[in-house]
Amino acid sequence: MPISMKNEAAIAGIGQTTYSKNSGVSELALACEAVSRCIDDAGISPSEVDGLVSYTLESSDEIEVAQNVGLGDLTMYSQVNYGGGAAVGLIQQAVMAVATGAANNVVVWRAMNGRSGRRMGQGASGVMMSSDLIHWSWYQVYGMLTPVSWVTLIANKYMHHYGVTAEHLAEVAIAQREYALNNPAAFGYGKPLSLDEYMNARMVSAPLRLYDCCQETDGGCALLITSTERARDMRQSPAVIRAVSQASTRGQEQMTSFYRDDMLSLPEMELAARRVYDMSGLGPDDIDAACLYDAFTTEVVMQLESFGFCQPGEAKDFVADGNLRLDGRLPNNTHGGLLSEAYIHGINNIAEGVRLVRGQSFNQPAKAEHVLVSSGVGVPTGALILGRD
Amino acid sequence: MEQSSRIKPPMGPDNGWWWQEVANDVLPIQRCKNCQVLRHPPRPMCDQCRSMEWDFVRAGGGGAVFSYTVLEHPQFPGYSYPIIIVLVDLEEGTRITAELVDCDPGEVEFGMAVTVRIQEDSDGFKLPVFYPVIAQEGE
Repeated sequence: MPISMKNEAAIAGIGQTTYSKNSGVSELALACEAVSRCIDDAGISPSEVDGLVSYTLESSDEIEVAQNVGLGDLTMYSQVNYGGGAAVGLIQQAVMAVATGAANNVVVWRAMNGRSGRRMGQGASGVMMSSDLIHWSWYQVYGMLTPVSWVTLIANKYMHHYGVTAEHLAEVAIAQREYALNNPAAFGYGKPLSLDEYMNARMVSAPLRLYDCCQETDGGCALLITSTERARDMRQSPAVIRAVSQASTRGQEQMTSFYRDDMLSLPEMELAARRVYDMSGLGPDDIDAACLYDAFTTEVVMQLESFGFCQPGEAKDFVADGNLRLDGRLPNNTHGGLLSEAYIHGINNIAEGVRLVRGQSFNQPAKAEHVLVSSGVGVPTGALILGRD
Repeated sequence: MEQSSRIKPPMGPDNGWWWQEVANDVLPIQRCKNCQVLRHPPRPMCDQCRSMEWDFVRAGGGGAVFSYTVLEHPQFPGYSYPIIIVLVDLEEGTRITAELVDCDPGEVEFGMAVTVRIQEDSDGFKLPVFYPVIAQEGE
């Protein structure tokens, strides 16, 4: 019998730093602050943390964080690859550790000076050699250096085929900005976005405009994963992990899965959907709210189909009908998301999933029994379903 | 720090040969010697039969635009903007990512017929670009 991951573990703590454009401190300092706050939120002692998981993009080593925060003995530590595609993969690592006893209390985090420090998509030049660098080189040589330049080739094909317009994308951006208006931690707090502003903003990688793209942020965010049983004795009500899976599939590349027969869907996200629905025994009708990875507006639209909320080609109408709003079918990224809260490689979207299940969102929907969260789009990815205990 | 030319690919055993062919004014498509399946971008192993023996065919250069984008921001040194990026379905099979030249950014279309040209930069670096087969009249 394989060890089950269903309902075995819960997210019992969330911690985040201030999100800004210039933190003025090191990425290690951000990591320590986020991890420390996360432990306090759960109401446990640092010495009780025995596992750590972060992103391969993380610049701070586990042992540096452990030294600073005063953690105890560590029996499990790992990192997950593929940028924002790692997000729920961190949770999967932690759940496996908790379910097997490799560790009892695992903190996962991402902390980055994503605006003032090294920004995403600045290219890498050619002295070093790896399959990864050769991969990027096919695109960098033509000037494709930014995530939006890669994403748009898939987005434009999908938009053209199904008749998705700028107005559809604007609704994604504006709905999330309106959520951010109520979230003091968000970049978009107090900064409304009108349809005119959206339309008149500069074209970045046509047909995607400025407000189709996520923030660049300095900040950190951390989550504590423990057994559901232990979580019940901690300070907050547990966000039970009903299901979690990473997902990569045939023809998978990092951001450039351009060589599949068609580019009208996200096969890796469909795999993630099958995995989490199978594991949880839940289906799209059971999901009350979502935090679908939103580095770009088109990614939200396409995922609505991947996760079965709409049939292929119908997501644009689902969006236009206001279904991502608080009173809609699927309130999405109620904190503002990567587009309007902060870009912390998706871990902040998981934090909002936890708040939704706890009933602590700044935009709390009437019902949030089950919340779906996804990892980065266009990369090896994954999905997570959180549920109220 | 200022870089006045495009970012060059690192030349490894899995991709350097391809650029060498381009430098000889050829657009190569890697072919499995065992099962004859074409593949691009180049890789060491055939995902159909797992053979590591390969050669290449010379693409005729014709193809059709499968998807595209126009890069406007941000602008990096070493490149001229706007840049039209196309995915081209080559007539022989396989798809390639490249720049579309000699075309107004407003006139690129899905399915548009294009053909290849090996372009030489001022620093001597060569790379394949595509251009429209028939000059597109504005609509």
